Amino acid sequence: MTDNRFFNRSELIGILVLAVFLVVVLPLTLDVFRLNLVAKYLTYAFVALGLVICWGYGGILSLGQGVFFGLGGYCMAMFLKLEASSVENTKIQSTPGIPDFMDWNQITALPFFWKPFNSLTFTIAAIILVPGIFALIIGTAMFKRRVGGTYFAIITQAVAAILTILIVGQQGYTGGINGMTDLRTLKGWDIRPDHAKIVLYFFEVGCLFVCIMIAQFVRHSKLGRILVAMREKEDRVRFSGYSVANFKIFAFCIAAVFAAIGGAMFALNVGFMSPSFVGIVPSIEMVIYTAVGGRLSILGAIYGTLLVNFAKTSLSETFPELWLFGLGGLFIAVVLAFPNGLAGIWGDYVQPRIDRLIASRKSKPDGWTDSSVADGAPAE
Amino acid sequence: MFGDYSLGDLGSIFVMQGFAGLILFSVYVLMALGLAIIFGQMGVINMAHGEFMILGAYVTWMTSNLFQTYMPSLFGGYFFLAMILAFLASGALGMLVEWVLIRHLYKRPLDTLLATWGLSLMLQQAYRSVFGAREVGVELPQWMLGSLHVTDSIEVPINGVFVMCLTVLITISVAYVMYKSRWGRQVRAVVQNRIMAGAVGINTEKVDRYTYGLGCGIAGVAGSAFTMIGSTGPTSGQLYIVDTFLVVVFGGAASLLGTIASAFSISQTQSTLEFFMSGSMAKVLTLLAVVGILMLRPQGLFALKVRK
Repeated sequence: MTDNRFFNRSELIGILVLAVFLVVVLPLTLDVFRLNLVAKYLTYAFVALGLVICWGYGGILSLGQGVFFGLGGYCMAMFLKLEASSVENTKIQSTPGIPDFMDWNQITALPFFWKPFNSLTFTIAAIILVPGIFALIIGTAMFKRRVGGTYFAIITQAVAAILTILIVGQQGYTGGINGMTDLRTLKGWDIRPDHAKIVLYFFEVGCLFVCIMIAQFVRHSKLGRILVAMREKEDRVRFSGYSVANFKIFAFCIAAVFAAIGGAMFALNVGFMSPSFVGIVPSIEMVIYTAVGGRLSILGAIYGTLLVNFAKTSLSETFPELWLFGLGGLFIAVVLAFPNGLAGIWGDYVQPRIDRLIASRKSKPDGWTDSSVADGAPAE
Repeated sequence: MFGDYSLGDLGSIFVMQGFAGLILFSVYVLMALGLAIIFGQMGVINMAHGEFMILGAYVTWMTSNLFQTYMPSLFGGYFFLAMILAFLASGALGMLVEWVLIRHLYKRPLDTLLATWGLSLMLQQAYRSVFGAREVGVELPQWMLGSLHVTDSIEVPINGVFVMCLTVLITISVAYVMYKSRWGRQVRAVVQNRIMAGAVGINTEKVDRYTYGLGCGIAGVAGSAFTMIGSTGPTSGQLYIVDTFLVVVFGGAASLLGTIASAFSISQTQSTLEFFMSGSMAKVLTLLAVVGILMLRPQGLFALKVRK
């Protein structure tokens, strides 16, 4: 396989299987309610994807991905909330035309930082730029001073705590602990009915595949190899003349932007945004999605996210008490027994057998084709 | 911001808020002492530290209930027994955790974070199943209620004074154990150079286990002291874990003095600000200041100069 391509053959098959699974199998087999749940899970997959680059390849564990998820989500939610709070919708308020929670908190005019969110173009730019620039600032401040590893994890965690407290505390500007609810339309198009949910689901899957392609590109480019080299032996990369800090900042920023896109998708698909997706607990939970899927595997992150969330929904529906034990046990098991997650198990046990199977079949004259590979791919 | 208060009022406000800050300082120091040993010395990120603290708090609560039911005459002194029990319970659990979990992960510090986070989730659920989701509070003995009148406008609660004395006592004993005793020397030797420490005959595995146990035990005592000033629920520990990590990092991870200094400055800033603005903004400003300073001075206030 040549180096400058996006993917080699087995990765191509993996991506195709995932595409078939998400675009054909799930929409055909699930009702709209469940499909919307999958859409919600997939918003976390964006975060997990970012963590694969940042944590798996770059070795930078960020426990503050919820911050970027939240920033993206809040940017989107602010736009939707403004549209839902038009003058005729809010004429019973003492100040019509501003979001309801502002009215409840005796705010009489739209704050200045809300005003640009009347424009969809600005909102889309903000979803990418606000978290990106924020990550750039944090990353520059930390990595240029060679802060890394555990210290970085703790500081990102503190940032997550700060943002949560800020959002909850500034109820009049952010909606407080309840978040921004009752989001209705996107440019006049209602996002709540079933057919809109389906359209949004496919839109989200499309965005996810764009992000997967970007991640694949990063992984196969020279950049990806420098990231891995840096993770393994940072000093040697530095002595070879590379600016380690800049590569780390790049990985952190790209993870932040992915998380922000996920957050924006969350606001669109689920119809609200609240600080409970910003803080430390969700941020660490997002890390576990990546760890379960395999911190080195781009596709594994997506399967890991889906699997953990399915388990969470079904377990907490039936045995709410068991769920925290299950999640806690999952953390410990993944770290102790399967550091490479599902992808590691797949690569160590399943893939070699399939390869052997194909090899033995190919030697026979009746000529089985590669379709058997696709059938056996990790379609949980 | 100061406009409506006279100078004398302001003085009293600062003293009283300062004292409230000192109680927060005690909790931070007690929690951070254990964490400074585990994180600062051993490099393990113990996200379950808050849960070890809460275990101590629950042990104290059970002891107080026991005394109330069977030995009401001795109730005034239950706290001292409870503290010892809390230390033993948290310490024992800590050593068990080290043996089962942590010792496999010394070479992967980031993974200790994930594993101990998982542990903390399981412990939280265990507390919820055993003790119920509602917060419990212990009944204070008679001599700890009430407050001391220092001047007309300044009052300090007795339980706060007690917790502070306790903090000072524990800090001094930890400092003694770490810096003066033979065992503390072994711990520091293992931290500085594990292979050499092993080569001169120190049983490094045993030292690791007891160090972790000691750190968790101190967290248990912190929980015990915590019951004096607040109520205990299954998730109370999680509220303090980020603050405590910041205290340890801000102080310079391996320095005991730094931990105390940073706990003092963080708690005082927060409680003084709390009087002038909402609690959440005070906390945001304090944490922002800490993160900002850490960005300028990543090694913390008091950093050991070591060659890496």
